[in-house]
Amino acid sequence: MRWDVVIGLEVHLQLATESKIFSGAATQFGAEPNTQACAVDLAMPGMLPVLNEQAVRYAVMFGLGIGADIGLRSVFDRKNYFYPDLPKGYQISQFQEPIVGRGHFDIQLEDGSVRRIGITRAHLEEDAGKSLHEDFHDQTGIDLNRAGTPLLEIVSEPDLRSAEEAVAYLKTLHSLVTSLGISDGNMAEGSMRCDVNLSLRPAGSDTLGTRAEIKNVNSFRFVEKAIHYEIERQADILESGGTVVQETRLYDADRDETRSMRSKEVANDYRYFPEPDLLPIIIEQSWVDSLRARLPELPRAKRERFIADYGLSPYDATVLAAQRPLADYYEAVVQACGDAKIGANWVQGELLGQLNRNGLELAQSPVSAEALAALIQRIVDGSISGKIGKQVFEAMWAGEGDADSIIEARGLRQVSDSGALEGMVADVIRGNPEQVAQYQAADEARRKKLSGFFVGQIMKLSKGQANPQMVNDLLTQQLDSASANGDS
Amino acid sequence: MHDLSVAELALGLRAKHFSSTELTRHSLARINTLDTHYNSFITVDETGALAAAAQADARLANGDTSPLLGIPLAHKDIFCTEGLRTSCGSKMLDNFIPPYDATVTRRLREAGTVLLGKTNMDEFAMGSSNETSFYGAAQNPWNTQRVPGGSSGGSAAAVAARLAPLATGTDTGGSIRQPAAFCGITGLKPTYGRVSRLGMIAYASSLDQGGPMARSAEDCALLLNVMAGFDPLDSTSSERPTEDYSAGLEKPLAGLRIGLPREFFGAGLEANTHTRIRDALALLEQQGATLVDINLPHTELSIPTYYIIAPAEASTNLSRYDGVRYGHRCEAPRDLHDLYTRSRQEGFGDEVKRRILVGTYALSAGYYDAYYRKAQQVRRLIRQDFLDAFTKVDIIAGPTTPGPAFGIGAKTSDPLAMYLEDVYTLAVNLAGLPAMSVPAGHVEGLPVGLQLIGQHFAEARLLNVAHQLQQASDWHLQAPPEANV
Repeated sequence: MRWDVVIGLEVHLQLATESKIFSGAATQFGAEPNTQACAVDLAMPGMLPVLNEQAVRYAVMFGLGIGADIGLRSVFDRKNYFYPDLPKGYQISQFQEPIVGRGHFDIQLEDGSVRRIGITRAHLEEDAGKSLHEDFHDQTGIDLNRAGTPLLEIVSEPDLRSAEEAVAYLKTLHSLVTSLGISDGNMAEGSMRCDVNLSLRPAGSDTLGTRAEIKNVNSFRFVEKAIHYEIERQADILESGGTVVQETRLYDADRDETRSMRSKEVANDYRYFPEPDLLPIIIEQSWVDSLRARLPELPRAKRERFIADYGLSPYDATVLAAQRPLADYYEAVVQACGDAKIGANWVQGELLGQLNRNGLELAQSPVSAEALAALIQRIVDGSISGKIGKQVFEAMWAGEGDADSIIEARGLRQVSDSGALEGMVADVIRGNPEQVAQYQAADEARRKKLSGFFVGQIMKLSKGQANPQMVNDLLTQQLDSASANGDS
Repeated sequence: MHDLSVAELALGLRAKHFSSTELTRHSLARINTLDTHYNSFITVDETGALAAAAQADARLANGDTSPLLGIPLAHKDIFCTEGLRTSCGSKMLDNFIPPYDATVTRRLREAGTVLLGKTNMDEFAMGSSNETSFYGAAQNPWNTQRVPGGSSGGSAAAVAARLAPLATGTDTGGSIRQPAAFCGITGLKPTYGRVSRLGMIAYASSLDQGGPMARSAEDCALLLNVMAGFDPLDSTSSERPTEDYSAGLEKPLAGLRIGLPREFFGAGLEANTHTRIRDALALLEQQGATLVDINLPHTELSIPTYYIIAPAEASTNLSRYDGVRYGHRCEAPRDLHDLYTRSRQEGFGDEVKRRILVGTYALSAGYYDAYYRKAQQVRRLIRQDFLDAFTKVDIIAGPTTPGPAFGIGAKTSDPLAMYLEDVYTLAVNLAGLPAMSVPAGHVEGLPVGLQLIGQHFAEARLLNVAHQLQQASDWHLQAPPEANV
């Protein structure tokens, strides 16, 4: 039997506010446990929430970024359940009246096709703390630093049809929110967490099947693997005549499988009701309009601009426009070096390559955009070859200084002195009579191939510093004149 | 000294007839000797009080003329006090020492008042008799076999017995006005949002409101002047500017239209209480007020409405008391579930548990529409009743309670009978209005309270009417027989 896959994603996005959504405590990641939790976060008696306006601004910016209806009136509700890392015994969330209504954005698939994915809603809520099970023999430690961090929960329509689409959705979303500057999007630190709702239905059917919800899948790769596993699991059940149970499942990355969580969690009655400690959020249309006017350029528009203004290929433009920090870096390089295409090659090739190899974020790059641009300029002006440029880049990466000082210190300046090069060419020709003879006997097509040998020898002799264009010219000149001599 | 009004005490302090330290020692001595009969205090802070008095004396010596500087007072044990145990009348918080002040306690500390201690109350403010307190019921100074009312019964008893000239209270469904009526003192529940709720332990967030309790309207005005005002840390507090609540007290009542809701003078009102209320109203009439009969048709629905909304909010407000971070924790919990259930089972009393269960039920899936949503709809109707009435009258008056203080233990076995005690007070909280209870004579040696209800933010008008009544009567000056045991 053939099955259609139906996937909807719920993403919990941590908003990049300085302080928490309902208190003044800091939101920085990685602090000592319980050092960023104030009386409000600890749910001390008599403490009250006060809404952080920046969180509202970020939520509205997101809504504008996906062309959504902005709830000019939205309401916080209490979602009630007991858990040790939920100090109040309820989470302040939005249930009936979310701040962001229906919207959409387009995702691009590997084959270049574009699909429009609907967003059902996005609402503001507070994050819970963390339960720490290690290091506390038979006991659980509670870290409330994260409690009260603002979250935007983004709920998609069940529009996704494969793991590939789900990953493309997440990447596009990631690129959107980082471009807006409303989240750092750091998945490893939990800034973007994903719940996957998945069901199968017979190919071509319109009726939705029973879905399972896979909680807290925290990387693109795990989302892909969890979906593949879950599709297979549900197909096996359905094909053997069984029924899928509506339940919450957990993805275990170590064993690459999803597992049922206790059914008790599913049966939770959250007893939602309007939070009486907060007034409804009332937003003026004029405020929304002013945010719209100041919205940063979104990835899609940036991509179009990169193609039009810099002449980049659609692929290069997509990669470079996707993340604002990278796009900003790239544009800084272009501005400083003046060559958009070489700039694109270097940012995508050497820079991203080094970052990936070292597991670093762009912000941690030891080579700044200006420093890279200075290096590129030396290639453009012929001071060094592209190949030597890579050597210089590695030295810059290792902290040996800027491009010019490395080129100087290592004596890497390209040899463009025709006298010196002529000598080298002559030496190589003299030292390899056999190859010269072959060359002279060859036809035009083969000669081209054979000349590579001589170039290689000359480069070796010049320690890579010979100007390749000049070497080529001189070589052709000398070999041809050598054959002319031989004929005579 | 303990019979002087706050204004007189302030004059005496400034004129150096006595120091704040002497005044404070006097109050502490009265508490030590008399409160064994009333049990109106849960915690007495002698050291803190004397230190605050010494500071006040230093400020007085420097010519500081802040109106409440050096005046002793008591806080209901629902207001968090930095470094001083705040129990909320519950075993759950018997060991809780807040590391912060409520906005109300901070303002009053900064105003130079001297905190004597924390007063007894129904557990988490849930009760109308003070009998649900973990620390045992407070007694009514007029007759110690009677309840002082609740939930701010300790504050009312302490003021009535002249242990403290001023006390704070909170009113969710009548918890300032009913004990004020039972103990023969003056109490004001301000408009919802007028006084900050920060650091005031929540019972029902959309109804809770702190307010002043004192012997006279004049003293209440002085206390409200410090308590009231916008607090950026309480999102439900009003940004509307406050006024000087003492300034308009002397305004004559000529032309004042007083509405008498027929629903407040029906079959449930005890006859002698009815007479006292009519006598008090007649006094207001003599001063130029007109009495107008009005209707508040949804009054009887205020009891079921309140007893859905308040428990619903309470059921989640009290979820934080889970034994994890502070408060009571059971011995040797086996696991998380055991920690929760036993800590809460042991920490909460019966009335609190009853309301948590009622509220949890009212919010449950499948019942929400029938109960909570419906109650909110009725709440709007109740509010509209008042708004309609205020197009015809300036204030509304009636009894605070159906009768005088009932006997200790008389209603503990029948929660519904206890809930009916609040029939005249609940609607005011549901509508968010300000209201007062003012002494209006006695029935068989027990005080009766006249309730005055104002338009939103009309505290000054209410205090004016109450003050004028007190200029024409001496009910508020009458003291209970000293230590009548």
